[in-house]
This record gives sequence, structure tokens and C-alpha cells, in this order.
Amino acid sequence: MASALSNLQRTVSAPVVRPRALRDPLWLRLTLMGVAFLFLASFLLLPLVSVFAEALRRGVGAYLESFNDPDGWHALRLTLLTAAIAVPANLVFGVAAAWAVAKFEFPGKSLLITLIDLPFAVSPVISGLIYVLVFGAHGWFGPWLSEHDIRIVFAVPGIVLATIFVTFPFVARELIPLMQAQGKDEEYAAVTLGANGWQTFFRVTLPNIKWGLFYGVILCNARAMGEFGAVSVVSGHIRGETNTLPLHVEILYNEYQFVGAFAAASLLALLAIVTLVLKSAVEWAHARRHG
Amino acid sequence: MSITATAITKTFGRTKALDAVDLHVPDGKLVALLGPSGSGKTTLLRILAGLDFADRGSGRVEFHGEDVTDTPAGRRGVGFVFQHYALFRHMTVAENIAFGLTVLPRKDRPSKAEIAVRVDELLRLIQLPDVGGRYPSQLSGGQRQRVALARALAVQPKVLLLDEPFGALDAQVRKELRGWLRRFHDEIGLTTVFVTHDQEEALELADEVVVMNHAKVKQVGTPQEVYDQPASPFVIEFLGNVNRFTPARNPLPGTGDNALYVRPHDVDIRREPAGEHSIHARVAHIFSAGSSGRVTLVRADNHDTIDAEVSRARLRELDLKVGDEAWIVFRHIRLFPAGSYTERDVVPDDAHAATTDSGHGI
Repeated sequence: MASALSNLQRTVSAPVVRPRALRDPLWLRLTLMGVAFLFLASFLLLPLVSVFAEALRRGVGAYLESFNDPDGWHALRLTLLTAAIAVPANLVFGVAAAWAVAKFEFPGKSLLITLIDLPFAVSPVISGLIYVLVFGAHGWFGPWLSEHDIRIVFAVPGIVLATIFVTFPFVARELIPLMQAQGKDEEYAAVTLGANGWQTFFRVTLPNIKWGLFYGVILCNARAMGEFGAVSVVSGHIRGETNTLPLHVEILYNEYQFVGAFAAASLLALLAIVTLVLKSAVEWAHARRHG
Repeated sequence: MSITATAITKTFGRTKALDAVDLHVPDGKLVALLGPSGSGKTTLLRILAGLDFADRGSGRVEFHGEDVTDTPAGRRGVGFVFQHYALFRHMTVAENIAFGLTVLPRKDRPSKAEIAVRVDELLRLIQLPDVGGRYPSQLSGGQRQRVALARALAVQPKVLLLDEPFGALDAQVRKELRGWLRRFHDEIGLTTVFVTHDQEEALELADEVVVMNHAKVKQVGTPQEVYDQPASPFVIEFLGNVNRFTPARNPLPGTGDNALYVRPHDVDIRREPAGEHSIHARVAHIFSAGSSGRVTLVRADNHDTIDAEVSRARLRELDLKVGDEAWIVFRHIRLFPAGSYTERDVVPDDAHAATTDSGHGI
């Protein structure tokens, strides 16, 4: 996906001279561009602008005032903590899974590929419910967990677990086609030259996949910070304890604290924009290196 | 260093890639593993390298008498060159060549300066002294393959293994690199095994050719031996063009229940009948734009085509035109028992021909 996008970017940025026979009439080009921009503006740009507009409706003072909320800060910290655990975990699992799928033949390989897609296929709410059913008070491990005084559901571990589950496919899905396309010959070459497993991985495999990996991590991070459904089910919505930023936005909104809700939402939107900028920078750097 | 492989069997799922194969590569020789695709030659090479392993309990690989059957690739002291080069794309040429030295354990690793000297030597050896700072993507195919060779040689391997080293190159470069590899081998005398499906390449380059088909070794010998004394219909058909006649369509009397093979260059063309062994035919096509003249003739009795290859001088002397009558004389033929004969596209089961003495010259 990363390479497809950067290809697209390259085609757009290079002055494309189309032969006259293939050139479309001006009115058609304008109409197509107009439709595309109108669609993007109304479905993507407008909501984004409205978040900031609503947040700033009562002025910058009220906007800044709304950050003076310890529960809000706690929600932000929890969101960042969750992402800080979930993203590295999925980085490691994702690379391991992609490595296994792309470089080895083993029974059950297609099952593994299907399983990697599972979090994309099922509703996030179901993903959350799974954890409640397994670790909840009446779940399979519930009695054992409460005996040992371990809390997973309605606590931070549950939120982290649900986030890891939902964001698992991003890194693996990004790497599998890339690693399959690159084949195994370079690793074989490294092995015949005497490199051990770690040397082969860090000096040959990792440098070859680093852009794809970075791209997957960025997408994984974006989703980890923004996940609502699965986290909502396992969190229990305890203010100042198990509320992440998306959940905090919902609570404020339901309590008619519109400025606060949109101010918190604007924070999430900012995090998303930073992610997008990073992603574009990665693609740009990658295209420049291999262009 | 000699290589001996004994009773190597390798199965992938239900297909046998190698069926109890034996191989001996004498010290310092350049040996070709020749066979059509799917004959198991690459698998055998990878097993020699330690990139693949024979089926559990089967076979043994020895380097100079030392058992390396279970030794991992990195400790066998082999240099391996891949068909598609497999250069590390994110490293410069110099870094590629130095790789094998930089992954050595710290105590055995040469200093940076020593590595740089060694890389320079190797770049000169492959006649590319100025490309050290470039990336593989900036080199041509032939250059990349030479860099791959330098990288393999940097660790001073005891054995060099090349998997279809010229397979991805165009004809001109392939010819050049072929000559270069032969000279290179004569200079450093490293035991070398290369895989190819190109019979011309194998015959021209190798000291010894190992002909493989369907997971088995069919014949081993010098290029001249395998070309002049093919052990089976498969070998004669695989090593160059040949006219083939089933017993029923055999043009010569007295050849019994045998299939008859004759190389185009053993076919002579006469303008007059020449005894009972000459075959009446008509000229169908003349191709004279090469180093020798090639003539396609059609037999008068059953319209089978026969290819002949004659010198250009002989072609001028004959002064043939398409449609002319001619008589064909075979200078040298080979017969194989009809039981061993099978169609080109069918699995050649030539065990019979290989075990009995099958070639008869007239």
C-alpha cells in the first residue's frame, strides 16, 4: 500500500505530458476534479474544520479553560500509555508474523493469514466483548483472576489488550506483501556468507523492510490512539481511571459540555494530523530514495 | 577441495526432487550440473551449499572427506552465487563485498583498513575497480553478477557454487561472462560447480558435465564424452539437435527394433544415389546465413523431415535449390533399444539404456 501510494504521488508530482489522442476535454477534467474536491471537502474536510470551529466557538479562552480538567489530562495520558504499549507489542508480533508467513512454508499458514485479518473483519465491539467473556468476573478466567486479585476488564490491562487486538493487523499486513515480493535470496546470501540469525535480520531483512514497517507502525499508532468500540466495552468508563481520550470525548458530549468535548476531540484530531504528516514525510523520503 | 555427495534424496511434498543421487566433484575442477528445469539440479546445488538439506536419514555430503551433512551453510566455507544476484540492495557495492568479513566474530574480524584493501583487490579482480561506492541498482546485470561473485569470494571459500549464474543475462553478456569465468577459474583453480539448463554453456565451459533429468543423474563425463557417447536417448536429445527415427520409420535396413539417432552434422547430402544406405529425399529449406549451412530435407518415401548441417564450402559445391532431389548418407548413427525410446514430452524411462551398452556406431 505504501509503495502504491508513493507511486501515485510520484505520478502526480511529475509533469505528465499525455499525448493529444489520450487527452480528455477540459470540461470533463474540470468536472471530475470538481466532484473529487467537493466530495473530499464535504465528507472529510468539513467535519475536521467543524471540530475546531466548535471547540473555539466560545473563544480561545474557553477553549484553553477546558483543558484545565484533570480527568481530561488523565484520559490523554492513558491514551498515550495505551499506544506506547500496544504499538511496540504489535511491532514485534507483526514483524514475527510477517517473517513467518513470507519466509517459511508450514502447515496452517493460510489459517494464520486469515487470523491476522480477524480484527479487521469483526466489529470492534465484539473484540471488546471477547475480553469481557474471557477475563470478566463471570468469564472463563474470572474466578481465578479475582482470587489472585488481578483486574483486567474495567481496568488498564483490558484497555491495552483490546487495543492490541484491534490494531494487530496493521504492521503484519503492511509487511507480508513487501517481504513476499523481496523473496528470500538476500537472506540466503547472508547465511552463506556466515551471518548468524540476528545479523541476517538486523543487517539484511530489517533495512529492506524499514519503510514499510514505519508506515505500518504509524497507521497502527493512529488506530491505537483513536480506538473507541473495543475499548469502550472493556473500559467501564471510570473517569480519571479507565477513560481514554475518545471515551472522554463521548462522556463530555453526552453531558452537553460541547466546548470541552470538542476541545478534547481537537486534541485527537491534532494527533491524527501529526500522524498523517509523518506518514507523508515517510512516503516522500522513500520516494526520493528509490525514485 | 573435492566434494562428494552420496545417496541424496529430497522430496518436496509428494514430488521427488532428487532420487538417491551420487555426485563427485574432483578438486579444482569446474563442473556443470546440466538438466532441464525440474530435473533437481538446483536442489542438489543448494544441498551442497547447506541452504537445503536432504531428506532425514538419506545421504551424506563430504568436503574433502570431511562429513558436512549437518553443517550449517555459514560454516561450510562455500561461496554461493544466485541467479538473480541477491545483492543487498541497501548496501553499496563495497559494503556488499565486505559483508562476509564484517559478520565474522570479533576476534577473527579483519580491521576496517584490511577489509578495505581486500575489497579493492576483489573489485580489481572482477575488473570493476571504480564501482565500490555505487548501489547494486546502478549496475548492469553482468556487473551485478560479477559483484555477487566478488562478495562470495571475499570470505575465501573452499568451494564455489553458482546457480544459473548467467540465466538472467542477455546473450551477448552471457557469452562474455562465460569466457571470463573460465579464465578466472583457470587462474585461481577453486573447485566450482555451476548449474545450467543451457547445454552449449555446459559443454563449452565445464571440465566435467553432470547431466540430470527427473531427479536422477543420467550421465557424467567430459563434454566430449557426454556429447559423443550419450548413454541414453535423453542425453542425446538434450545435448544439441538430433534427428530421431522410431523403429517403424527407420530409414536404414538392418537396424532391427532400435530407435535411430543422427546428429545434423553427421548427415551428408549427395546429388546422386550412393548405395543402399542412401536415402532419397527432396530439399525443403536452405539456411545459409550462419557459420555453417543448414538444410532441411523431406524423405521421398514417407515425408519425414531430416536436418543436415554442412560446411558452407560443401553447400556451395552441392549448389542445392529448394525442391531439388538429393540423397542422404548418415556418417555416424546411434541406436537405442526401442523399449528405451519414448516421446520427447513423456517422462524418459531410460534406465534400460543406461545400464546396457546402448550406443553402436556404424
